[in-house]
Amino acid sequence: MTGGTNVTPPHQSIVVNNQLLSRRDMLACQVWLCIASAIQSVPGHAPTTIFAPQGTPAQSIFGLSMLVMAIVVGIFVVVGGLLLYALLRFRSRPFSADAAQEPPQVYGSNQIELSWTVVPVLIVVILFLATTRVIFSTEKAPKPAQALDVTVIGHQFWWEYRYPKLGIVTANELHVPVSDPNHPTPTYLTMSSADTDHSFWVPRLAGKMDLIPNKVNTMWIDPQAAGLYLGQCAQYCGTQHAKMLLRVYADSPAAYAAWIAQQQKPAITAFADPNAAAGQAVFQHNACISCHTVAGTVATGRFGPDLTHVGSRDTIASGSVPNTAANIRAFVDNPAHFKPGALMPPMHLNDHDLDLVTAYLTSLK
Amino acid sequence: MATQTPIAMTTDQAAKTHRLFFDVLHDWLTTVDHKKIGIMYIAYALFFLVVGGFEALLMRIQLAIPNNTFVSPQAFNRLFTMHGSTMVFFVGMPILFGFGNYLVPLMIGARDMAFPRLNAFSFWISAFGGILLYFSYLGGDGLYGAGSAPDVGWFAYAPLTARVFSPGHSTDYWTLALLLSGIGSIGTALNIVTTTICMRCPGMKLNRMPLLVWLYLVTSAMVFVAVSPLTAAQIMLMLDRYLGAHFFDTQAGGSAVLWMHFFWIFGHPEVYILVLPAFAFANEIIPVFSRKAVFGYPAMVAATIGIGFISLSVWAHHMFTVGLGAYGNTFFTFATMIIAVPTGIKIFNWLATLWGGKIQFTVAMMFSVGFLFQFLIAGLTGIMLSASPFDWQLGNSYFVVAHFHYVLVGAILFMIFAAFYYWYPKMSGRMLSEKMGKWHFWLFLIGFHLTFDFMHIPGILGMPRRVYTYEADRGWAIWNMIVSSGAIFQAAASLLFVYNLIWSYFKGKVAGPDPWDAWTLEWSTTSPPPAYNFAVTPTVESRRPLWDLKHPEDPDSNYEM
Amino acid sequence: MSETAAMTHTTTEEWKLPSRGVVGMACLIVAEAAIFIIFVVAYVYYLGKSISGPKPHDVLELPVISTVCLLSSSITVHFAGSALHSGKRGLCSIWLALTVLLGGIFLAGTAQEWYQLIYRDGLTIQTNLFGTTFYSLVGLHASHVIVGLLMLSLALIFSLRGQLTARHSERLEVLSLYWHFVDAVWVVVFLVVYVFGR
Repeated sequence: MTGGTNVTPPHQSIVVNNQLLSRRDMLACQVWLCIASAIQSVPGHAPTTIFAPQGTPAQSIFGLSMLVMAIVVGIFVVVGGLLLYALLRFRSRPFSADAAQEPPQVYGSNQIELSWTVVPVLIVVILFLATTRVIFSTEKAPKPAQALDVTVIGHQFWWEYRYPKLGIVTANELHVPVSDPNHPTPTYLTMSSADTDHSFWVPRLAGKMDLIPNKVNTMWIDPQAAGLYLGQCAQYCGTQHAKMLLRVYADSPAAYAAWIAQQQKPAITAFADPNAAAGQAVFQHNACISCHTVAGTVATGRFGPDLTHVGSRDTIASGSVPNTAANIRAFVDNPAHFKPGALMPPMHLNDHDLDLVTAYLTSLK
Repeated sequence: MATQTPIAMTTDQAAKTHRLFFDVLHDWLTTVDHKKIGIMYIAYALFFLVVGGFEALLMRIQLAIPNNTFVSPQAFNRLFTMHGSTMVFFVGMPILFGFGNYLVPLMIGARDMAFPRLNAFSFWISAFGGILLYFSYLGGDGLYGAGSAPDVGWFAYAPLTARVFSPGHSTDYWTLALLLSGIGSIGTALNIVTTTICMRCPGMKLNRMPLLVWLYLVTSAMVFVAVSPLTAAQIMLMLDRYLGAHFFDTQAGGSAVLWMHFFWIFGHPEVYILVLPAFAFANEIIPVFSRKAVFGYPAMVAATIGIGFISLSVWAHHMFTVGLGAYGNTFFTFATMIIAVPTGIKIFNWLATLWGGKIQFTVAMMFSVGFLFQFLIAGLTGIMLSASPFDWQLGNSYFVVAHFHYVLVGAILFMIFAAFYYWYPKMSGRMLSEKMGKWHFWLFLIGFHLTFDFMHIPGILGMPRRVYTYEADRGWAIWNMIVSSGAIFQAAASLLFVYNLIWSYFKGKVAGPDPWDAWTLEWSTTSPPPAYNFAVTPTVESRRPLWDLKHPEDPDSNYEM
Repeated sequence: MSETAAMTHTTTEEWKLPSRGVVGMACLIVAEAAIFIIFVVAYVYYLGKSISGPKPHDVLELPVISTVCLLSSSITVHFAGSALHSGKRGLCSIWLALTVLLGGIFLAGTAQEWYQLIYRDGLTIQTNLFGTTFYSLVGLHASHVIVGLLMLSLALIFSLRGQLTARHSERLEVLSLYWHFVDAVWVVVFLVVYVFGR
């Protein structure tokens, strides 16, 4: 029921010029939406966009996200539009005939309120069902027999990768086979952490999954196009969280087989370069061996990344700098040069020994 | 006195001023008056708003370009920890409790809060908590020289907070400061609930209370069940760090996920505790400047209570990537989506309140309109995040940062600004300058949208949060630059606002008791109210007692549903 | 407007609202209950997960006497309250003294139990997950008992000095609400730790 009002307010109401504030607000949102859709079309400049999915998990999330965004944009247009309309249509007009009267007081309406309860519930149901489908198709996907198993262990601030059935241990650069949709060979990642919480996020391949100490999580990826997929740790894990980068190489079958064969070999111990041989001696007489493993030698430490084939990686320091002799030298001299707060201490080697160790490490292909 | 020599007179004058200053100081330090305590809470929060904002500015400068070296990684990690902890516990909670403290007794026709001394104690212990947290910048160096301000993030995930990963005392400052603030929050909430239930003036049945009072009642009830889990978890953390307990010690079989559960059982209701007061302000301000009663009062009450209950069951949507399992993810997706229904009802009710009204665009109303659009958007990005697979991509990225700042700044802070423009006249007797207010509004709006609209994009492009820098080849740089530029506008607008507060106190137009032609009891006393609030305890017969007075031929009591 | 609105002040029917003390204490109880619930959840979650060290069924015995004493003290404090309400101050003192005594016996029982656990069984808060969760949960409860006993002792002292009158019966009621809560928590702790968890 409405109430009539015909009494002048006891004093002058406060009246303000009508500003187009709500239009400007709307405009800001529309601009944002245009930009968002524009970005979607430039994966080249955005190697980690979630809108350029590669592989089944990322694709199913992408499909769901388009549905969700369509619904959300629709709601915004309707509700936002009504709001905008109300603000313009019902603004006070101080110079009109009935300016001094209060408008009709409306206290509620059962029908209207019921409808705007029921409609949102229906929307929620639709969204919920669509979402549940993707949750189960991703998390409860049947695992094919030819899937690759990789164990991922998160460390402060690097990634350890173990291929248990292949006898490979490596760090920071993950190689997986390209998956043919007709004969899927997904890679199943079994993940935990050696210290604090981390999170494995390569947006183009899949959603992220956390690495938590004393807990094992699993996820899977199946890139269908060869290439390098980037990502980084997505759960704050300490000082160098920002530089715990991810590099996933989806290799063609031939490249993948070659990589496996290379990785399965123990470390090179016969060097053409005499500096490398001398560097091996320096390495093995210092504390390096207590943190790092070089397969087939006395270095069997597990606190730091496996260095057996470090020379064949594209990057060091968990993806944050290119793998060049100069960078290796600088890192070994003082890790804080690239990653202040990294857990590897400066090794206090003299310049000569540094050169030798650098030669050694670069030749560990 | 006229026969005294000039010199003696001057000394006497000086002595008087001297005594006056200390009298005033003593009065404020020992007051148990809810109005003064409310103002102290608000002033305290404003100070920390500037400090927390400065921390944000430093972070945005660091992130404006990739691989920047403006601050060290360690300093950046402290900045985001302190920024988050400050804004939630030492800006959000105090300012909302400040307004609640001031307004609730006035709106129900009471003389003060139920427990005035507890009220004062709650303020001072919270204030001490804030000072303790900031002392950590100076005094936190502990073992291994690894101290200083806490750097574990505002949610302090285990086991990063264990002694082995966070030696020194920085984490302890975080724990203790928040523990104290929590005690203060529980005290104030206790006061608000007791006052609301036990001290309403005659005739003010529960279904005649202003909606602000309802919202504060629900908020306070939520504080009891939300803050306590955090208190419990922090006690456990201290036991781990100092008595060798193993609550979150993964080496001894403890669970890092358990901390997350406890924290988010607090953390999610906490954000509703922060937002419900913003709704409370909207429920008072929007009707007055639409010149209409709020649409659907019973539904608003029911929706609020619904939000209160449902918010206790959605917490693990902060943990979708933790490995809860398909059924866990499904349940929390459902609960989170369902909470959109009562929240949407509120937005629709505000829309219906505006509909058919005579909308006056005072500065308070402008901020309220900003709130309406921005809260709508924030809720919609929340729906995006509620779909758990979508959250597997967007979670822990800058998209989430954009979403929650949209709520905290775009909705809550905007309504706090509105509340200032609306109730400052009541508290001080003067109007805030509308001209400066408009500058404040537009500058802040531009800055807000520059920063937080564009912040969604790096998230979509794969930028995680809590990173002190980022790679140049990811395509994030231009967006971060735009985001950082908005911070400057917001800073300028905030400083202008503070100036407005101070200037208007001395030069603002005298307000009188009821400058907005409003309808609730606080407008029936002088501005500012006398210490005792009401000379005679009022009696009410409807939800809008002053409307009934002003329109005796058509009182609200005839129509209320 | 220079005049404030003049509100009507005619009272119609009687306007009676609940007592502030009771509502305030109810709020405090809700908040404290939430804290206890979290500690109980941690206890239950970690049952059977200790990697080493003593297990509950190895070292825990049913604290029958302590429990009977503590739960009886709820009855005695209730009688103290009703005695005071009817103005029987001497009787109130007696019931209060009994309450304090029974609570004290409970604490002594807990202390004795802990002594055995620490020195005979080698279980401390550091030993394993069971030790951590046991001592923190039972200890949190015991700390609440101590606070309650302090308040009850104060009430007893006032009562013995003749300063407690029927006027204060509502305050004593609020205090006894707290005490009932402490006992209710013990019922839960007892069932979870000593019955279902062993």
